[in-house]
Amino acid sequence: MDLPILAAAKVDTGDTAWMLVATGLVLMMTPALGLFYAGLVRSKNTLNTFMMCVAAIAIATVTWALVGYSLAFDGTASLLGGLNNVALHDVGFTPREGTTIPQLVFFAFQATFCIITVALISGAVVERMRFGAFLVFAAIWSIAVYAVLAHWSFGGGWLTQQGTLDFAGGVPVEMASGFSALAAALVVGARNDYGRLALLPHNAVYVLLGAGLLWFGWFGFNGGSGFSTGNGSVLAFTNTLLTPACSLVMWFFLDLVRGRKVTAIGAATAIIVGCVLITPAGAFISPAWAMVLGAAGALPCYAVIVWRPRTRVDETLDVLAAHGIAGFTGILFIGLFAQFAWNGLADGLAYGNAEQLLDQAVAAAVAPAYAFVVTFVLLRVISALMPLRSTDREEALGMDVIHHGEEAYATGEGAVLVTPEAGMDEPVLVEP
Amino acid sequence: MKLVIGIVRPEKANDVLEALYRAEVRGLSLSRVRGHGGELDRVETYRGTTVQVGMADKVRFEIAVSDPFVQTTIDALCAGARTGEVGDGKIFVVPLERAVRIRTGEADIEAVTPVAD
Repeated sequence: MDLPILAAAKVDTGDTAWMLVATGLVLMMTPALGLFYAGLVRSKNTLNTFMMCVAAIAIATVTWALVGYSLAFDGTASLLGGLNNVALHDVGFTPREGTTIPQLVFFAFQATFCIITVALISGAVVERMRFGAFLVFAAIWSIAVYAVLAHWSFGGGWLTQQGTLDFAGGVPVEMASGFSALAAALVVGARNDYGRLALLPHNAVYVLLGAGLLWFGWFGFNGGSGFSTGNGSVLAFTNTLLTPACSLVMWFFLDLVRGRKVTAIGAATAIIVGCVLITPAGAFISPAWAMVLGAAGALPCYAVIVWRPRTRVDETLDVLAAHGIAGFTGILFIGLFAQFAWNGLADGLAYGNAEQLLDQAVAAAVAPAYAFVVTFVLLRVISALMPLRSTDREEALGMDVIHHGEEAYATGEGAVLVTPEAGMDEPVLVEP
Repeated sequence: MKLVIGIVRPEKANDVLEALYRAEVRGLSLSRVRGHGGELDRVETYRGTTVQVGMADKVRFEIAVSDPFVQTTIDALCAGARTGEVGDGKIFVVPLERAVRIRTGEADIEAVTPVAD
């Protein structure tokens, strides 16, 4: 029997085993991002920054299971999926069409992508956005932006149909988060102290550790995006080692030229940039071109990271540079250097197929525009219903105490134990 | 010769530094302290443990100045640190018996006068 339909209906144990692991690896990237972000902010905002990533796991998992997955992956209509998989209806042990893994695993793997994308945007609004407003934003954004773009480039929507290659999410994850972050920073506004005081990372070790764990998780992110243990996954996996390493080398060089010192936080940023660069291109370009991508792609990202803090736009943790610009670069790079000999799908411009570059350029133009506009409007609408920002006093005191009633580095000095019976749930004014 | 001690909000420390710089008060030391001065207590909860925290983070400036500079220093501290809300801090001025600049051995007024450069 050689019927492709029967062949497709079979679950492969090896592929499934890898995808179960890969899903766990990608989920770990979100707390890793929390650590990375938490280290980059001031100590009084450590927990709030981390909690925005934890909140993304909570909110995006629920919205994804309820409607997001269905809108992204039910059917191959050009603009939006259907509603047959709402609340995981019909998502079971049979293989997802076109893969050899149970649809439940496919769902969970894709859920972790939605989660981290929502978490990424928080980098633009940390240290001032109200936690409650962020939760509302995260819920709607995960459907209105992520699910839509995921359908266009992963779920068989119009970008796939017109020939755009996007291996692991240059469109829905990287460009969507980067350009949404820019919109969010513009609507929420700059921190009060921005441009006035030096706002420095409070723990560079968190930043490096977070970046390292993100890189580790990214092997599942890119290596799992072939949904198998096949050639595409193997190529993407290895490229996930090569590209960030070359970005690191380039970043070292640029740091040396600019400031005569190789910086640790620069290195952590370079790891992220490299991982993002190879995300869309993972299984489409040769290892040698992946190395070129790492080095060359670091240049525009570095330039934006140096330039952005000189503007009035407080896109606090540079999501636009590290994800938007890197994702944009990676998507276009496919159009230039994709190689049929490696990917079995298409050549790029350098191998005689100029049309591929056009297909990539369409995605590079449409995805940022969609993400920016929808995020901008969405936040404006939310701001009409509830304040997006904490008050100036709250911002001065820090988000941790205000929104969570905890401190990251509590000493216990001067803390008086309150017994539950006393019912002390309101702050009390002590007479001067 | 006096020691001026100013205890201010951490978020106003940079404003104080700027005000002192404008007032040409150059020598100072600074430390992070926790204190209580009548502001609102806050309640924090760590799993099952609920605590009432009466200590707020503050920054403590210590500035040794000659007598003609005392009022200037106090004005600068007030200008930089005031928000108008409870918890802006306090300034204490205490007499200073001796001061020695370690590098040169200069004593007292010379020791607390900035080096002209």
